[in-house]
Amino acid sequence: MIRFLRTYFRRHADVLRQTAAQLMRAPLASLMTIAVIGITLALPAGLYLFIANLERMSQGWDTGGQISLFLERGTSAATADKLARRISAMPSVARVDYISPKHALAEFTRLSGFGEALTMLEENPLPPVLTVHPVPEAAPAAVEALVKELRGLDAVDSAQLDLDWVRRLHALLGIARRGALMLAVLLGLAALLTVGNTIRLAILNRRDEIEVMKLMGGTNAFIRRPFLYSGVAHGLLGAAAAWLILALVLILLNDPIRELGILYGSDLRIEGLGPKGTGLLLAIGAALGWFGSRFSVGRHLRAIEPS
Amino acid sequence: MIEFSHVFKRYPGEHDALKDISFEIERGEMVFVTGHSGAGKTTLLKLISLIERPTRGQAIVNRKNIGRLPARRIPYFRRDLGIVFQNYKLLFDRSVFDNVALPLQVAGLEPREIGRRVRAALDKVRLLEKERLNPIVLSGGEQQRVGIARAIVHRPALLIADEPTGNLDLVLAEEILDLFLDFNAHGVTVLIATHDQHLIARAHRRTLVLRHGEIVHDSGIPGAAV
Repeated sequence: MIRFLRTYFRRHADVLRQTAAQLMRAPLASLMTIAVIGITLALPAGLYLFIANLERMSQGWDTGGQISLFLERGTSAATADKLARRISAMPSVARVDYISPKHALAEFTRLSGFGEALTMLEENPLPPVLTVHPVPEAAPAAVEALVKELRGLDAVDSAQLDLDWVRRLHALLGIARRGALMLAVLLGLAALLTVGNTIRLAILNRRDEIEVMKLMGGTNAFIRRPFLYSGVAHGLLGAAAAWLILALVLILLNDPIRELGILYGSDLRIEGLGPKGTGLLLAIGAALGWFGSRFSVGRHLRAIEPS
Repeated sequence: MIEFSHVFKRYPGEHDALKDISFEIERGEMVFVTGHSGAGKTTLLKLISLIERPTRGQAIVNRKNIGRLPARRIPYFRRDLGIVFQNYKLLFDRSVFDNVALPLQVAGLEPREIGRRVRAALDKVRLLEKERLNPIVLSGGEQQRVGIARAIVHRPALLIADEPTGNLDLVLAEEILDLFLDFNAHGVTVLIATHDQHLIARAHRRTLVLRHGEIVHDSGIPGAAV
């Protein structure tokens, strides 16, 4: 048993050495292959990052789905205040702001540019407004129900939900996510074929070796092993290249995005893959390399197989 | 060691490459198979080394029924054979030593044992001092001797050779023949396919003559298998 294990590990160590030597012997060919795999993997991974970051940022915007509650004109500040307190006690409401007609008019005068015309009005035409912020985790249906409930309250003239654009954004994100997923599958397939093709070429070069080893009594597993190792090595290094590409892109994008964030008065930041994502990327690369070479070697072993 | 009884081999869409072949080769024998090209020599060797399977009939090689041996057992079956090729089939991406070591690596021997046996085999074919060279720099006769060292390094019970001297001149061919005679003297069963009549005459061994896929003459045991 110990001898068997020793033989087993020695064989694997030998193959590992051979694989490294092979990579070094043809550095240009290896680098090209690794670069192709890297770019092919970087595209879906980058798409994933884009979507993930967009979702993370848009989560904060969900709370922007506020309800404007227009009260009947002539509602006193005291009544409005009482109403505001009543509403903020509701479970799905996070915060309520009161905007008095005077305040609203002042703001409108400032922002609209109709200042002079407005001074000619005899009385303030604006109603008092309550701005209701639902709790962030409230589902759209719950917000909808809240709006209905608020509409039924005394002194409320009308309620308007500013949620449509958030919904549209989420619908767009949904499409983007699905599109990215499909693209990722296609690009992953391309990576698989790339690795498979590289291995296929390597096998064409070493067909004699495979044939001789078969005639010397090499088992398929024995003959396959160096190719699997080389496939996994190419896949892993390709995934590492993809990681580097993404890191570079993030570094280049970081400053412009932070500037954009400052313009919007928020703290925009892109997040990279993180340890989990990096591990997943490397695992996917290695798996693609393994399957790609396994597929090609299997086909060629059977083709060379003395039938 | 080899026992064929009424063996046929037909390739799809062709005539019978081998027709009703029956013969027996005892352990320790040395036998030549001869005939014109296309007579079936190579096909016969392919059956014995299980590169092909017989279409009909029963063939036993080294106590294994080669018509029925499962595919996954074939590698282990081949480890008891030594095969010498007309075009040597050496690998030019590694040294003479590594070429000869291949059957031992395949079998998973310890590196020290591999070194010992490879040097013994190279010594036998008098190429010990060239173990570090790439076989591509060797002459044809030397390359074939490397091929032979590789075929005997794992001490096979049966050594088969397909036109081993086909690419060599007379002197080199005799050198190679002497090697085979020597292995046979040490108990290895040897089967050589060749159309070189000079070689056969010089060896004075049993000879099977193939013509159009049939055995038409068996010098060793006359009349037994025709």
